[in-house]
Amino acid sequence: MTSATLFSLVTFIYGLALILYVITWIFTKPFFGKLATGVMIAAAMGNGVGIALRWVESYQMGYGHAPLSNLYESLIFFSFCIAVIYLFIDSRYRIRIIGAVAAAVPFLAMAYASLPSVDSQIQPLIPALQSNWLIAHVMTCFFGYAAFAIAWGISILYLLKAGMDSRSGMIARIPDFPTLDELTHQMVMFGFLFLSVGIITGAVWANQAWGRYWGWDPKETWSLITWLIYATLLHARLMRGWEGKRIAYLSCLGFFAVIFTYFGVNLLPGLHSYQ
Amino acid sequence: MNNEKQAGGFFDRMWVFFSSVKLSVGLLLTLAATSIIGTVLPQNLAPVLYRQKFGPVIHSLIDAFSLHDMYGSWWFRLLIVLLMVNIIVCSIERLSSTWKIIFPQKPAFRADRFRKSGHRTEWVSDRSPESLKTQLSGYMEKHYRHSRVDSLDGGYLIFGERGRWTRLGVYVVHLSILLLMIGALIGSIFGFEGQMNLPVGQTDKTITLRDESRVVQLDFALRCDDFTVTHYPSGMPREYRSDMAIIENGQVVAKKILRVNEPIRHRGINIFQSSYGKVPGDTFTVAFTEPESGLRVEKRASLGDRIEIPAGGGTLIVEDFTNDFGFRGHSLGPTFITRLIPESGTPQPIVLPVEFPSFDRMRGGDYTISIENVEFRYYTGLQVTRDPGVPLVYAGFALIILGCYITFFMFHRQICIELVPAGDKTTVSVSGISGKNRPGMKTAVIRLARRLERITRHPKS
Repeated sequence: MTSATLFSLVTFIYGLALILYVITWIFTKPFFGKLATGVMIAAAMGNGVGIALRWVESYQMGYGHAPLSNLYESLIFFSFCIAVIYLFIDSRYRIRIIGAVAAAVPFLAMAYASLPSVDSQIQPLIPALQSNWLIAHVMTCFFGYAAFAIAWGISILYLLKAGMDSRSGMIARIPDFPTLDELTHQMVMFGFLFLSVGIITGAVWANQAWGRYWGWDPKETWSLITWLIYATLLHARLMRGWEGKRIAYLSCLGFFAVIFTYFGVNLLPGLHSYQ
Repeated sequence: MNNEKQAGGFFDRMWVFFSSVKLSVGLLLTLAATSIIGTVLPQNLAPVLYRQKFGPVIHSLIDAFSLHDMYGSWWFRLLIVLLMVNIIVCSIERLSSTWKIIFPQKPAFRADRFRKSGHRTEWVSDRSPESLKTQLSGYMEKHYRHSRVDSLDGGYLIFGERGRWTRLGVYVVHLSILLLMIGALIGSIFGFEGQMNLPVGQTDKTITLRDESRVVQLDFALRCDDFTVTHYPSGMPREYRSDMAIIENGQVVAKKILRVNEPIRHRGINIFQSSYGKVPGDTFTVAFTEPESGLRVEKRASLGDRIEIPAGGGTLIVEDFTNDFGFRGHSLGPTFITRLIPESGTPQPIVLPVEFPSFDRMRGGDYTISIENVEFRYYTGLQVTRDPGVPLVYAGFALIILGCYITFFMFHRQICIELVPAGDKTTVSVSGISGKNRPGMKTAVIRLARRLERITRHPKS
């Protein structure tokens, strides 16, 4: 089986996990929750094996590089990171409603990756990307993005619960506010550390490849904007005692910046635009 | 904040202003919002281009706020300076109180503080308070820096504390941000960033700086012995490679291969492979062809020469060469820029693309001019920098990661285990407190309680 076939299969498994998590949310049967998480584990494993397979395939083609070099490969790795982080939360907190968001994002990301407009060919690396920093830089950035994505999902749940009649069935099943708030904060701290490492590895790499560690390239600038928004969130929370809705809004704003850093910057000129 | 300071003069009022976290939040968000401008508005273009594109009104606005060089503008730098002062004042202000928490001789454990904390887990053990006390106090002594046992109404209170020093983590992050900024400042004052285009076979030591159109002379010279570009079968570039020699006092002191991602570093100067192109060889042929008769006159020439046009047609000056000339949206490739000065009348610029020798025919002149037999050589485009601030910046990077890790994932925690006799059994409860009601403390208490329950179920005999 090729990695491409496996990825199509994994897309559907994420879709199945999504359906099962929604069923769990509606019918509150623990059996479905366990089944959904089992399916999610299968999807994550398939996703991981697919990445390894694509890596091997690139060696067979004579290019030999980690599958982290274009939009297609980044979407696949992004999905994998979200699934892994979610499964970690699942094992610790067993809040399966979050699974609905955590399965939806990889499902959509992988479905998007399979569109014909996204080039799925294994391409050799252009000279600028031929560096070991590529792996460290991309992996840490996407781990950070994935943590922010989950924080965003939890914030959306928070705002849903805060904004709607909390006695109605599905809304009432959303976990209590302090738990959501704490989880958001945990995810933001995790994401912030990884985003910091991602920006730093990018800076060290840029200094090695182009002779400057910071150049206000649009992607660099937008990653800094993202970093500043989450730094604001952390300071507001720890020093000003912000909680609840306000933190949820900041988390949504931060994730908007993440999305713009990831996709929006391609509309602007710069070194990072995916071809 | 003590009262003396609030009542004081200008300095004290500034101190109060800068020690505010509201200011930090405001500055962080302002920096985030204003940074967007430079990613949307193209930076560092010629002023005339802004006027053409946006009109005179917006152009004057761009000019007034230096939006064409936004990240170097006075107001953006001012925002950064304000943030730095804010960080320094906040850190000093809070460090003094943190210091008092971190370095007292003995921690103060008060059972009522733990009872008020929300994080509490309890279970009933079959064992007596005494046997549990021995095992659990041993556990706390081993895993916590400070621990203490109090007896209370036939039961016991076991306290433990660790990670007090992790409260310093946030100061490590703040210090590292300052290091980054100092490093960047040193780089911008004592460093430079420039470009050198070096044709194969030539030696040079002059760097053209990027921004100020100034030049810098290096202490050593660079010679390019060879330049190669290789491609993948698909046509994508695979490798750019320059074989370089470093020359000091006329002697070759080192020979190095320069690739993208593999810079050369010599005497604090960094040399990067950044571009390449072609330059024409020393001489080439300039051909004049009569369109009707096909009569052809050839002359050898070099860049900058003045050439007599046959039959008193005037003079042709070969002024310049460009690697790629754009004409009505098409790329003409390597092209010479020349100027025709007729015997009478006004001079006229003529472009002569090497790959299209009949291009000049459409001018409809007496002669069709072309430049042929050009032997091209590669030149390697080198980015040359010096940045003495880099070690500080890298130290800042390392400290940011360390500081964030300490701040986010390690924390100051105090634990209280209460053993209350219940018949021949014991009610065990575990509670914990941390600074600022840290998220994660609740989970940490639950995990500790689970572990303690497990180890007390199988007492070591």
